[in-house]
Amino acid sequence: MKVNVKVNGQNKVFNIEPGDYLLDTLRKENYLSVKKGCDNSSCGVCTVLFDGKPIKSCSLLTAKTEGHEVTTVEGIQKEADKLSDYFGAEGADQCGYCTPGMALSVHALKEENSNPSDEEIKEYLTGNLCRCTGYQSQHIAIRNYLEDK
Amino acid sequence: MKVVKHALPSVDGKGLMMGRPAYTDDLADPNSLIVKVLRSPHAYAKIVKIDTSKAEALEGVEIVLTYKDFDRRPHTRAGQGFPEPSPYDKFVLDQWVRYIGDETACVAAVDEETAQAALKLIEIEWDILEPILDFETALDNEILIHPEPEIFENFPIGFDPKRNLAAAYSMEVGNVEDSLKECDVVLEAQFFTQAQAHAAMEPHTVNARMDYQNRLVLYTSTQAPFHIRRIVSQSLDFPMSRIRVIKPRVGGGFGGKQHIHGELLVSTVTIKTGKPAKMVYTRKEVFESSFQRHPMRLDIKLGAMKDGTLKAINCHILSDTGAYGEHALTVFMVAGAKVLPLYNKVDSVKFYGDVVYTNHTSAGAYRGYGAIQGNFAIESAIDMLCEKLGVDPIEFREKNMMLKDETSPIFAIMGEGTEGTAMNMESCELGYCVSRGQELLKWKEKYPRVELADSKVRGVGMAIAMQGSGIPYIDMASATVKLNDDGFYNLLVGATDIGQGSDTVLAQIAAEALETTLDKIIVYSSDSDLTPFDTGAYASSTTYVSGNAVFKAAMDMKRAIVKEGALALGVKVEDIEYDGVVLKAGDKEITLKALSNRLYYSEDQKQLMITNSYFGTKSPPPFMAGFAEVEVDTETGEIKIVEYVSVVDCGTPINLALAKGQVEGGIVQGIGMAVYEEVLYTKTGKSINNNFLNYHIPTRKEINKLTTEFAESYEESGPFGAKSVGEIGIDTPPAAIANAVYNAVGVRIQTLPITPEKILAGILANKAKK
Repeated sequence: MKVNVKVNGQNKVFNIEPGDYLLDTLRKENYLSVKKGCDNSSCGVCTVLFDGKPIKSCSLLTAKTEGHEVTTVEGIQKEADKLSDYFGAEGADQCGYCTPGMALSVHALKEENSNPSDEEIKEYLTGNLCRCTGYQSQHIAIRNYLEDK
Repeated sequence: MKVVKHALPSVDGKGLMMGRPAYTDDLADPNSLIVKVLRSPHAYAKIVKIDTSKAEALEGVEIVLTYKDFDRRPHTRAGQGFPEPSPYDKFVLDQWVRYIGDETACVAAVDEETAQAALKLIEIEWDILEPILDFETALDNEILIHPEPEIFENFPIGFDPKRNLAAAYSMEVGNVEDSLKECDVVLEAQFFTQAQAHAAMEPHTVNARMDYQNRLVLYTSTQAPFHIRRIVSQSLDFPMSRIRVIKPRVGGGFGGKQHIHGELLVSTVTIKTGKPAKMVYTRKEVFESSFQRHPMRLDIKLGAMKDGTLKAINCHILSDTGAYGEHALTVFMVAGAKVLPLYNKVDSVKFYGDVVYTNHTSAGAYRGYGAIQGNFAIESAIDMLCEKLGVDPIEFREKNMMLKDETSPIFAIMGEGTEGTAMNMESCELGYCVSRGQELLKWKEKYPRVELADSKVRGVGMAIAMQGSGIPYIDMASATVKLNDDGFYNLLVGATDIGQGSDTVLAQIAAEALETTLDKIIVYSSDSDLTPFDTGAYASSTTYVSGNAVFKAAMDMKRAIVKEGALALGVKVEDIEYDGVVLKAGDKEITLKALSNRLYYSEDQKQLMITNSYFGTKSPPPFMAGFAEVEVDTETGEIKIVEYVSVVDCGTPINLALAKGQVEGGIVQGIGMAVYEEVLYTKTGKSINNNFLNYHIPTRKEINKLTTEFAESYEESGPFGAKSVGEIGIDTPPAAIANAVYNAVGVRIQTLPITPEKILAGILANKAKK
């Protein structure tokens, strides 16, 4: 089947099987920033924005994106570039596998709530797991980014 | 220092966050066959008959592999130096399966759906055997997990498969029995530690292709690319000269990626079909069919005098290696070798035990590598002993622990599978770590407990720890520095950046030695065709061992530049003054940029490219003190980690931000082991929690406050004074949190993890006693 979807602002037509998940479609279509970490929306490394809201692409059927907008980190390069400076300053990136998904979640948080509390940041990002950093350096980096320090 | 000991951003973080293709699966051939493995549904069984004809007949299936396709060539998947101290007890595919999730057969097909469908068409007649699922019953059980005759040990490691024994060891300094008799107080306690999953975010991933020279090219997410090349050659009988192993960016390792995973099956598919092939583990496979931390039972006896002098330690361990013996001996030995020397003033110390096979997922290398298990037992027991003695546990540690310029006889006796190496502690700021940690946590105001309103009690606890820096007389690392025109450098290292930041740290060491800036060092790791040998990223070795190799190669390069500068200026080498940018001799000068262009294009043309190696002759331990403040709800047993303070002596932290990241990442994995994580099985040996919904690693909501500082310390033998920092952070949380919980509510948890259920049961039992 064919699916019409806007990816990073460009109109795309994807040829898919009805049971295909968005994560696999995007990787096949060379959006390699979207990572595979688990298979049941529990780690967050496959996060993309679906009409501006973060979702786990491993658990969304591609067929459901018909007529919608999908954003991967390739679509927010300026923001990711800036956020990565804050991560770099805190040594918060380590293996980097979770960071494209994290960048998308942080970007969506900023759009929704420009002045979140520490608890709101943690709550919003709790589905983006990281096994490397222990989270605190990421938290400081994200807060500094949001406060534009 | 201009580059070292600064918090510089990593050389790769930006590109990774921006989503540039960098990881193994990003670099797979898009036409790769998809390789899937049929996993054993039985904990222990023998294949009586296997029929693959229906699977082979399915359209789109390229090849089906079973044990019949492989010579019986025993090997180990441990990914260690050669000859390995792990038994050769694994076959690529075998007629026997030894745990639920073990490899039974393998399919390569044009796509995932076809491969999955083909797996279902493989028909197997099983002889289902009774498994051993309780490691305390494994030794001398009548069921034998490895009855096959071909398996062997490379050198004596206590391997005795007729007893289900993968390894065994014992050593004694002095006479513990006699010492204990002389002690005023003896403490005896038993501890259990659980299996923990590595849970790196990137699953195990490998792909292969034959190149235009008909060589096998493997891209694999590994911590040890050179060992992978050797083991692929050895186990498949394929010439090593025809194998190239490329380690792209790795999405976390923690020891899990030291081992062989899909490399042997994917290589076989590509060698047999000539076609590119790839395998990406599902998260279920990562949990069930890779490796985990060795569960252990630790029996501790401590003997002390009334004045608070520790006299004797007796430590017996039973360790569960699961179905295969990867790292069986060495993880168990490290549980003693990197814990017991902390208390170096004892009269006698004994360490002994067995590592047994069971029909569970194999255990293997995991950050901490035995030290975290040993630390939980010894550091809990020390607090228990102090209570019996009526002495302050911090004063007791300060009186009995290792100090600078001291040593322990254990260093010479216990190595990793072999004899050890004697050494003095040229750098050891453990005393500072203990006192500074108390200040940072405000220990004196909080010890042992503060009662809050609403049934909440806060308690504090602490533990001290040590680790190592590489494996002396075994680990070798090398580095190549190449000078380019325009005056910048390539740094080629076999060392493996797995996310810990070693590319950045090694580039910083090179930049400092060459007196240049980080942007002038282009670092590349690792490719068995292009980069020089390195044992790999394990045993806390990279900053110290690989870092020393980089330092030596960079200093050689600086001397070579000065020599070429002298030639260019027509002066003697000793007349040259060089600051990394300009070479001066009196009124003559030439910039490095001009000199490098001259060497490429105009006069005295040559390529300056220098390789040097480092081979460790000791393993200077990093030390730390960890302090936990916990809050326990006395009505529910719920526990919250309010703050964790770490003060670490890792010598010079080469990159302050990345070193802190190593400590804090280790602390949170250690908190995971202490309170949240445990690999659980059903009574038939099936994994219960094989996904992130049921296996709970800490999320950012559970982490409240981490306070991390470094002691001023300088290790003469390390590059710019550095020791390791990759593992030390994980060691203290289980003991420090157990001690804090005891101080809060008087419940001593001796079986990890420290769950609310266990705490509440303890609280209720205490109430019943009153």
